[in-house]
Amino acid sequence: MSEKVVPFQGTKEQEDLLNEVIAKHKDQRGGLMPVLQEAQEIYGYLPLEVQKMIANGLDKSLSEIYGVVTFYSQFSLVPKGKYKISVCMGTACYVKGADKVLDEIQNKLNIKAGGCTEDGLFSIDATRCVGACGLAPVILVNEDVYGKVTVEEVDGILRKYRDMEA
Amino acid sequence: MDFETLQNIKKRYENVVHVRQALNSHGALVQDSEYEKQIVICAGTGCTSSGSRKLADQIDTVLAENNLTDKVLVVKTGCFGLCALGPVVLVYPEGVFYSQVTPESMDIILNKHIIGGEVCTDLLYEDTVSPEGKVLPLQDTDFYKKQKRVALRNCGVIDPEKIEEYIATDGYQALYKALTEMTPEDVIDTIKASGLRGRGGGGFPTGLKWSFAAREENGTKYVACNADEGDPGAFMDRSILEGDPHVIIEAMALAAYAIGANHGFVYVRAEYPIAVQRLQIAIDQARRDGFLGKDIFGTGFDYDMEIRLGAGAFVCGEETALITSIEGNRGEPRPRPPFPAVKGLFGKPTVLNNVETYSNVPQIILKGAEWFSSMGTEGGRGTKVFAIGGKVKNVGLVEVPMGITLGEIVNEIGGGVPNGKKFKAAQTGGPSGGCIPASQMDVAIDFDNLVKLGSMMGSGGLIVLDEDTCMVDIAKFYLDFTVDESCGKCTPCRIGTKRLYEILEKITSGNGELSDLDTIEELSKQMQTSSLCALGQTASNPVVSTLKHFRDEYLAHIVDKRCPAGVCKDLLQYSIIEDKCIGCTACARKCPVSCISGEVKKPHVIDQSKCIKCGACMDACKFSAVVRG
Repeated sequence: MSEKVVPFQGTKEQEDLLNEVIAKHKDQRGGLMPVLQEAQEIYGYLPLEVQKMIANGLDKSLSEIYGVVTFYSQFSLVPKGKYKISVCMGTACYVKGADKVLDEIQNKLNIKAGGCTEDGLFSIDATRCVGACGLAPVILVNEDVYGKVTVEEVDGILRKYRDMEA
Repeated sequence: MDFETLQNIKKRYENVVHVRQALNSHGALVQDSEYEKQIVICAGTGCTSSGSRKLADQIDTVLAENNLTDKVLVVKTGCFGLCALGPVVLVYPEGVFYSQVTPESMDIILNKHIIGGEVCTDLLYEDTVSPEGKVLPLQDTDFYKKQKRVALRNCGVIDPEKIEEYIATDGYQALYKALTEMTPEDVIDTIKASGLRGRGGGGFPTGLKWSFAAREENGTKYVACNADEGDPGAFMDRSILEGDPHVIIEAMALAAYAIGANHGFVYVRAEYPIAVQRLQIAIDQARRDGFLGKDIFGTGFDYDMEIRLGAGAFVCGEETALITSIEGNRGEPRPRPPFPAVKGLFGKPTVLNNVETYSNVPQIILKGAEWFSSMGTEGGRGTKVFAIGGKVKNVGLVEVPMGITLGEIVNEIGGGVPNGKKFKAAQTGGPSGGCIPASQMDVAIDFDNLVKLGSMMGSGGLIVLDEDTCMVDIAKFYLDFTVDESCGKCTPCRIGTKRLYEILEKITSGNGELSDLDTIEELSKQMQTSSLCALGQTASNPVVSTLKHFRDEYLAHIVDKRCPAGVCKDLLQYSIIEDKCIGCTACARKCPVSCISGEVKKPHVIDQSKCIKCGACMDACKFSAVVRG
């Protein structure tokens, strides 16, 4: 399987921000997690280049940083779409048909969960319970929450974001 | 902060909050306050998702336009529990409950009720209106009347972003009492005597845990709160953090005093942004007002705390994994002993409890151990919060005394299974729990009885399953989850979960053999006895419990190659009954792979070689001509 590697395009501003974050947490016990969380906010993901900067800044080995990054599902090694679609796969959503909704989104975008469309517009994640079980099945597009989603509604939801780009 | 100031704040805000406590008191309770009306709008995750923030803005605008901001108080609270009816709006002193409010209906409520003074009966939650049109109190509805709100007492009642409202409901009184009237040993003895057990999973006696940490003579100690609520379908900890964050601060300060710690950590899932935000606001306020920091209440006791965010790893709900994660590592569990109470965070004695457990603590200190132990049963004292979800009418959060039956929760509080379907089982305890069949509906729910049934309390997720749920598929769903979330450190869990999943995959795809069932049982035993942490030890519970109570369904998949619930795609076939089909073409138009053919007004046929078994034709047919078998 060939995976396209997106070239790293970090800016000087981002690097300055990252260094501030590293300085802030350097002496804090257990400070690596907050650094990674804030670094992902700055860059949108945690490519090897960023991990190297963190390793140098915190005086830790790259393998340790990589080990932590790959352990937690919220840290991503690849960029996400501009519109990040998260389909809740908690039990309440699952028994109400979240898998069918996920299938439909995957078919419509022609990518699998975990992937990103070629134009960088959409990415899909099958996430753990978001705790909005009263609205099952639930999907999130960035911060927007859609509850009681049906397979029929998927097209309209996607179109809404496509239209915003047009 | 001194006691007099605390009492003054309490007095000042008590009347304002009092009217809203009707939800807890099971009886009419109306008291005048300085406001003519109070509009309470739920700002929990459920209602926020269905648009309550916009409604709150709309209320503010209309009130300002009509110069009513001094007369009408708008309160944004945490969760009421009835998430499926969101967004919800309550108006006091009438105590009426508007459900599924839209911007349009909000407009009517504001104009007709708030400004005009006339309750909009047609917009109220239907269960609060009698057939004669009389408005009934919310606390008398089926959903609320059997509830006993202890952990959730402030959720839906106070504004979680105002420390004054927490103080108005006896907030920080327990901390004052403990620091000035009780020794640390007294606090531990009270918690022990109350019978409080951990609400996060295992049900370990809380007071005992505290006493282990208290007797360690190692200088630095820590308290920690497990808010990494990872069980799919459970959201009570999130609701408490969102609706009553100060209770966690007060309870952790009490625990710190009891064991001799001065610093606390709350480990929250990053998936809960509103909870994190409100807890941070609460911590800042508590620090500002002297409930956190140096020399609290002038007693010489120092305590402060901070939030640490999780990053999406289910195993971090396990206590040693959580501790490893706070320390900044891969969240892998450690062997126990040593238990965290002896050697925890940064190698120091640490008391770790979950959110719901902590939320009981201040009230136990304030009201006494006997008050708490008078609720519940031998197998579990006090109350338990359940998140009811799945195939049930009233999806939401409920708090009930331990010892209530499953039937009461599902049928009375939950309103039963909708759409005339048959109740089949309830799943409790998430991926570590199991399925309880409908035949066990009258068993009293407490820690011990659930374990006897092959399930467990877990954190209190309760998913209702109906006849359309395949029990083999649901077991596979949970194994898929644990395969993904197993941290990989120990072999029985890493490989065992994968093998179990593969066997279930084999059965649901129609290739199962009878000997697979023996393998499942043998493998499950191995995993239970040899996995490092609770994740692996309990990962087989969903399979073992469904196999125990629904063996016939496993046999149907293996022997008859049939899925009785009609879920497992490989075992299904859709066909059209010739006599019933009128040739309307509805199914052919819906079919995503165009495998249905036939002339208009003549019976249609499904090409089985192309069919992807999505079921769209069955949903489209208005004449029940499409059947699944």
